[in-house]
Amino acid sequence: MRFDEFVCYEATIPELQATDRDGAITELVAALVSAGKISGESAKDVAKAVIKRENEASTGMGKGVAVPHVKHAAVKHVIAAVGQSSGGIDFASLDEQPVYSVILLISPVNNPDKHLQAMENVFRHLQKEKFRKFLRQCHTPAELEDLLKEADENPSW
Amino acid sequence: MEKLVRETTVEIKNAEGLHMRPAMQFVDTANRFECDIIVSNGQTNADGKSIMQMSMLAATCGTRLHLRAEGPEAEQALEALRELVEVRTFGEPPP
Repeated sequence: MRFDEFVCYEATIPELQATDRDGAITELVAALVSAGKISGESAKDVAKAVIKRENEASTGMGKGVAVPHVKHAAVKHVIAAVGQSSGGIDFASLDEQPVYSVILLISPVNNPDKHLQAMENVFRHLQKEKFRKFLRQCHTPAELEDLLKEADENPSW
Repeated sequence: MEKLVRETTVEIKNAEGLHMRPAMQFVDTANRFECDIIVSNGQTNADGKSIMQMSMLAATCGTRLHLRAEGPEAEQALEALRELVEVRTFGEPPP
């Protein structure tokens, strides 16, 4: 599954205002609301569900990235928002290091396969040091969009 | 001394597939044993002790994964992983 198929380019935040985990999640959920991907009424519940999931086990996989996610009835398709923090955020990551790139993923409740396919794409790229570095160097939504589109075009890079 | 190598194939049986929580259980189990573990879905090879790599397998329900273990505890590792994936099905329900 390509980034194009689930990343909402209107919900990318090159510099998160939030300095803590729950704040970052709430900010990214709000970006999805502004982009019209989830309703304003469900925002609170979606953020709460993501935080609850995060409390069960951190999605901070190490190497400065976190992929908070949840399955929620508020969406019909997998949708993602991307946020960056130059100062770093404590996500209780496996390697105990701060997180600089956050990819928030909301998946529908009845399509586990699509969720796995989106995750596969996210981790295939996050795996690569070059991609993580380029991601951190994006300072505008346009740069983020260009990077993700380039990653889609060159899956092997 | 020759390296002990064991291989087996397991099938994902829980409805939600190998999402992050089951993947973490897999990695935790794999890490208990003294051996390398390579997991393949036929296209991608992943280090069975790395959560980032295991998340790349997109192993949906019904997917068959090939496990290859190399090292002194290869046999015990594969038995524990098979039990986790196919018998306990990560503590999750079937479809």
